[in-house]
Amino acid sequence: MWLNQFLVLSAVLFAIGVYGVLARRNGVLVLMSIELILNAVNINLVAFGSWISSVSGEVFALFVITVAAAEVGVGLAILLLLYRNRRSVDVHDVDMMKG
Amino acid sequence: MGPMSGGSAPVVFAAEVGKEVVSASGWFLTNAWLIPALPAASFLIILFFGKRLPGGGAPVGIAAVASSLVLSLLAAGQWIGSVNRAGEAAVEPVVSSWTWWVSGGVSFTMGTLTDGLAVTLIFVVGVVSLLVHVYSTDYVSGDTRYTHFFAFLSLFTASMLFFVLSENTIQMILGWEMVGVCSFVLIGHWWEEKANSNAALKAFLTNRVGDIGLLIGMSILFFTAGTFSVVGINTLAASGSLAHGALLAAALCLLAAVMSKSGQFFLHTWLPDAMAGPTPVSALIHAATMVVAGVYMVARLYPVFFEGLAIAGSSVNVLALMGGITTLVGASLAFVQSDIKRVLAYSTISQLGYMVLALGVGAWTAAVFHLFTHAFFKACLFLGSGSVSHAVHSFDMKKDMGGLRKHMPHTFRTFVIASVALAGLPPLAGFWSKDEILAGTGGWGVFGGTGGNGAYTAVLFMGMLTAALTAAYMTRCVYLTFYGSYRGHGHPHESGRRITIPLWILAVFAVGAGWTNLPKGFQIVPKSWTERFGHYVEPRAVEGGYFPVIEHAVPSWTLAAVSTLVVLVGAGAAFYYYFVKVKASDRTSTELPSGLTSRFRLARLFHLLLRRKYYLDHLYTDVLAKGTAGPVARGAYWINQHGIDEVVNEAGRKAVAAGRVLYDKVDQKVIDGVVNASGAASHGAGEEIRRLQTGKVQQYAGVMFVAAALIAVVLILVL
Repeated sequence: MWLNQFLVLSAVLFAIGVYGVLARRNGVLVLMSIELILNAVNINLVAFGSWISSVSGEVFALFVITVAAAEVGVGLAILLLLYRNRRSVDVHDVDMMKG
Repeated sequence: MGPMSGGSAPVVFAAEVGKEVVSASGWFLTNAWLIPALPAASFLIILFFGKRLPGGGAPVGIAAVASSLVLSLLAAGQWIGSVNRAGEAAVEPVVSSWTWWVSGGVSFTMGTLTDGLAVTLIFVVGVVSLLVHVYSTDYVSGDTRYTHFFAFLSLFTASMLFFVLSENTIQMILGWEMVGVCSFVLIGHWWEEKANSNAALKAFLTNRVGDIGLLIGMSILFFTAGTFSVVGINTLAASGSLAHGALLAAALCLLAAVMSKSGQFFLHTWLPDAMAGPTPVSALIHAATMVVAGVYMVARLYPVFFEGLAIAGSSVNVLALMGGITTLVGASLAFVQSDIKRVLAYSTISQLGYMVLALGVGAWTAAVFHLFTHAFFKACLFLGSGSVSHAVHSFDMKKDMGGLRKHMPHTFRTFVIASVALAGLPPLAGFWSKDEILAGTGGWGVFGGTGGNGAYTAVLFMGMLTAALTAAYMTRCVYLTFYGSYRGHGHPHESGRRITIPLWILAVFAVGAGWTNLPKGFQIVPKSWTERFGHYVEPRAVEGGYFPVIEHAVPSWTLAAVSTLVVLVGAGAAFYYYFVKVKASDRTSTELPSGLTSRFRLARLFHLLLRRKYYLDHLYTDVLAKGTAGPVARGAYWINQHGIDEVVNEAGRKAVAAGRVLYDKVDQKVIDGVVNASGAASHGAGEEIRRLQTGKVQQYAGVMFVAAALIAVVLILVL
């Protein structure tokens, strides 16, 4: 069984996701990057699940997909309201919590 | 009832010892959880539906607390029945517990522990809280947050009952914190004024300091004894199988908690400020809930302190010393207050010091008994001061009171009864409990007594001195409030029945509560009437029991006579100064201005050190500072002050001066300084940490990822 290919793919996806979350200023792209991270995790889960011949990995991945859907729903709603109020989705603009 | 008659209780023989152990039984003892649950339910009901309920939700609170009180009485009855059935055997406490959650093989439980101590406390809390509820319907009527007030009064009661009935230490911590939160809310009830919300914050934050000690102490106890159960910890500690060092560390940490919660020197500063809350709350805080929590905690986990601090066979320990200092500090500070509630607040500090002192010398029953009697007369005094302020719209005795005895006969009579009880004159409640504490110090061989856990002579004299001071400041307080001429505005009038009836009920307790524990040597009554309180409340020590073997002191008539004499001297001195001298000089004055100037001339002649001071305050500090510096000059001064009034006045002035210096220098500067410095330190730290909060989401995310990566590296390297 080729586990490594999946792990490398997942690591690459994860790294791209982290880069997107940390570096992109557009809120929508940040959300999409988070999706990348979550999917990298999903690939890991399924790959390891199949490696130990267990369905629990797939089951877990399904849960992650569900939670991710909920998360992106909330995130987009926040961005939408942000856009209505500020005419911008730049995450650098929302630093009102500065201490 | 004879031994074991009608005994359906199963009999268990304790290991190794022939002394039997009997389980207590009774529906109300096993189902004691109902007692805190009722006020808790009433809190929710009032909070959510209070505004729509008739009477703003107050009747719900009153009904809930009244039902709790009835349940407490029934539980108390069943406990008394169990003790009667047990005869000479020790009675096991009734523990009912449910598993809350299990984690890592340790199960966390919730439940109730009912024994004599818990039953006493729930009765006290029930009575005082019910009367405070009734009183409040008049006192805070028309308040904007009337409903809110009653909701939190219910929660306060529920928290205290929950705490008292705690079956394990986790539950104790929870109850302890809940009591703290409720006091914060209620002290800051009128938070629109900055001073009130500051006082609430001060109370809360000072208590947090002690709470750290509580957490650490309870953790030490858990890791030492391996259990959270109160009975378990007590049994292990009493058996001597726990390491002494660990018990000592735990006891010292828990002392910090007692210091903050029960207003012991030097974390007591929040207590006088807590007077910012509505008066019924002060009564509740000072009599039945909150401040007695610390004393109760020590009494509940007594084997830990008894063994940890090695109370037996000693002549001084940190608990007794802390109580002794506190009781003196509180009593002397009560002299210089002009706010009637502050006098009572410092008096509470002083009396709590008495209880801690009693626990420190091993007089367990005396401490709990004093807690019991003190609750009634202190609640009566606080509610009485509230009634007075209701009439004159002020708490300032010097400016706005005086001569109120004709206008407020009920308040006046109950206040005097409670004051005498507090001062400790026979046959009122305070006398019996105070004397038992003094006897318990064991340091009174000169007075012809026997027994006790050690020879705590220094502590005995601290207690004696406090007794005199207490009598004196209460006399002063009664004079300034009720005698002389009225100095305030308008026409004061007696409060309504919802205020006076609770006062009278408490006054009756203030008279009679002491008769529940008449000393053994008291030959006037049949022997079976003596020491009832101790008989039912104090657990009997057996092998494998949850209570340490403590020695009981036997009070003597000599000691009672000496302490009564001391009280009379204190009261007499203050009586002479206020009721005779001050009253004769000017019916509206509160001090002796002309008398002082005449003495001032004498002082100038014979006492060079007093010469330069022309103001009363300066005179006070001068008398103290220079007087101790020049005993010869003082001696000359005293010799030249022929007549008893000079001696009396001098003593009074010294006490006032000492109190003022203590208040100005130690209380206001040193202790507040330390408190403020710690505040400034945390403020500075906050300033530094603030910079981390950039508000940039992506920086936070970056920190998070780096932290996660570091943790991952650590896990990989370690595992």
